[in-house]
Amino acid sequence: MTIRHHLSEDILMAYAAGDLPEAFALVVATHVSLCDECRARSEAFDALGGAVVEDIVAEMASTSLEACMARIGTMPQANGRAPRRSNGILPAPLVDYVGGGLGAVKWRPLGLGARQAILQTSDSGASVRLLAIPGGVAMPDHSHNGLELTLVLQGAFRDANDRFGRGDIEIADDNVEHTPVAEAGQVCICLAATQGPLKFNALLPRLAQTFFRI
Amino acid sequence: MLLPPDTGVVRKGKTRLAEDIEQTDWAALVMAVRDHQDREAFASLFRHFAPRVKGFLMKSGASATLAEECAQDVMATLWQKANMFDPSRASVATWVFTIARNRRIDALRKARRPEPEDLPWGPEPEPDQADAYEAQQDTERLGKALAQLPKKQRELIDRAYFSDLSHSEIAAETGLPLGTIKSRIRLALDRLRSQMDVKARKE
Repeated sequence: MTIRHHLSEDILMAYAAGDLPEAFALVVATHVSLCDECRARSEAFDALGGAVVEDIVAEMASTSLEACMARIGTMPQANGRAPRRSNGILPAPLVDYVGGGLGAVKWRPLGLGARQAILQTSDSGASVRLLAIPGGVAMPDHSHNGLELTLVLQGAFRDANDRFGRGDIEIADDNVEHTPVAEAGQVCICLAATQGPLKFNALLPRLAQTFFRI
Repeated sequence: MLLPPDTGVVRKGKTRLAEDIEQTDWAALVMAVRDHQDREAFASLFRHFAPRVKGFLMKSGASATLAEECAQDVMATLWQKANMFDPSRASVATWVFTIARNRRIDALRKARRPEPEDLPWGPEPEPDQADAYEAQQDTERLGKALAQLPKKQRELIDRAYFSDLSHSEIAAETGLPLGTIKSRIRLALDRLRSQMDVKARKE
């Protein structure tokens, strides 16, 4: 599998900093699970966070080491856990949200044979869904009010300029006029996160600027 | 209740003792916690990292009380999950940062952070010493490269990590247009990269 469309630096940095709404973070974690290059870049941003934090200190309460020692005295150490694994075409982060493999997805029809399943996230900044689009069919109602990340899990789609296959991520904002169409053949299954309509979570630095022209 | 993010938090910067960060083999201490439930080793880790985690959380908008509590949680997690630490992939500073970041998302945003799939290989019982050394070196190189950034670029990198502030909020606070912020962050990352390259070649 050759991934040609990767995450941008600002999105990876926001993911490392913990500043992405959960819906976007899920798409990032899923892409990183498939893409060694973005995994390496993501870990480099974690390392940058480690170095930044090395430089700042706040004094702890005088009793805190003691208190922590007392706490760990009663705590078992973890005995390792089963590694989180993919299930079919769904990488592990997605398996966590779906509660299983593709068979566990609760699809709802969208018309023209397309289906979607909205995944539950706990913050309201953005929403995330799985989409299944039959070959040759256009992505349903594709207007969005902000950043949209679309990750291909199966099949492929094309827009005017490009082709997106498994593992590829499309980063679009509402300045991008695009009508993605699923490629003929296998049903195209994507994971798509969109900025929530109510609350603009301005944690996506430059993209925010692009949309709102602030 | 939120305190002003700066209260009680000091930048160590150039005053920090060289041996504090450069001579201690933090990974070996975590291994001692993992293999022998070594409380002395844990206390050393606590003394170094807990104040940094607390500083990070306060800079991110947590009150001193919440930050203190979360810093203890983070250190307790280090104790519990010592066997999941892989010193050939990350320095202890990086690992602690990721635990602290996840605790912050949970405490301040009540959300979870989806994590990537585990790599096909897990932590080795006997991690490669050279790799572990390299990971700690990377953190030190990054620290030095950060220290050499122009102050304004450094501040923007700090803010990107410390705060839940959006860039537009940073703009309101610093009075910089967003276009300037984004190009400064880009420039700062480019500088860090070239510093890392130079340092890696020298060593």
